[in-house]
Amino acid sequence: MSATEAPAVGLTHGASEDTGLGNRGPQSKSIVVPYGFWLFVLSDMVLFSALFASYASLVHATDGGPVTNQLFDRTKVAIETLALLVSSFICGLAIIAAKRKNLLWTEIWLFFTGLFGFVFLVIELTEFVGMVRIGAGPQRSAFLSSFFTLVGCHGAHVTAGLLWIGTMMAQVWAKGFEPHIVRRLLCLSIFWHALDIIWVAIFTIVYLIGTLP
Amino acid sequence: MSDRDPELTNVAPGEPHDSLMSETISYVVGLGLALLLTGVSFWVASTSALWGPGVAVGLVVLAIAQMGVHLVFFLHITSGPDNTNNVLALAFGVLIVFVVMIGTIWIMAHLAANMGPTPEMTNLTMQRG
Repeated sequence: MSATEAPAVGLTHGASEDTGLGNRGPQSKSIVVPYGFWLFVLSDMVLFSALFASYASLVHATDGGPVTNQLFDRTKVAIETLALLVSSFICGLAIIAAKRKNLLWTEIWLFFTGLFGFVFLVIELTEFVGMVRIGAGPQRSAFLSSFFTLVGCHGAHVTAGLLWIGTMMAQVWAKGFEPHIVRRLLCLSIFWHALDIIWVAIFTIVYLIGTLP
Repeated sequence: MSDRDPELTNVAPGEPHDSLMSETISYVVGLGLALLLTGVSFWVASTSALWGPGVAVGLVVLAIAQMGVHLVFFLHITSGPDNTNNVLALAFGVLIVFVVMIGTIWIMAHLAANMGPTPEMTNLTMQRG
């Protein structure tokens, strides 16, 4: 691999003749780093699968307290879903701009990625606060404990992602499009898209199936 | 960019692109499909036109389809030779996720049945957290 190899988009790297079978020695960092980060993301999904499993087991253990149909507001969830999806899309645009070393557009798109992620987080926190106010906090029942663990864990990931987006905006600004900075940006985009995938499972299983008549 | 540009037509969504236009189009297509599937999910969940017991299964299918859209158009997972490791890792991850989720739900659903529970125990809505 030459030093001029184009930075990759997402998990894909520049075209190479190598079949990945290792007959030319170790792969370049632009392949190994996103692969290693992909393994982290997948193990994160395994973590979430355990939380989904406990939620599915405990969703009816409400201890006489509020049930899913009384707590969830589909309109709010639709707005949250839209905000996170648009954020994920704009993150892709940021990577496209970064690949072309366009500082201004990279920063603009990263800013809007973070902004829509922030909108998502604010709506989610409003929902949590509203639930705790009406006495439907995590201590109320096993169902609510597992709900706050599952959705809160996703929210914590989004919060970490927002901090990471801010960090990357500063690093791109200060250090420019060095290869290691671009690799970090790629890992950030993989992380952000993966969070949206987990949210698809959450809004389907928790919010939509949970509020079926 | 004309429609006959091979860069636009011959490149799979996950393949590396060189053209700004085709890369952006890939993301726009992904966004459109994801929006469509999300919209259908919310419609399916709120309509009364469909057979009730099948709605939950349909929602799960729609969610899996949307995850596929995200993987292909946003994360650029392809079947190309340079993506073999990513796909294998994904396959292993999916296997573990399904084993954990289906295994847990299966065991927890049958646990109560095999324990010979008292009537109070079977009433999950009264269980203390």
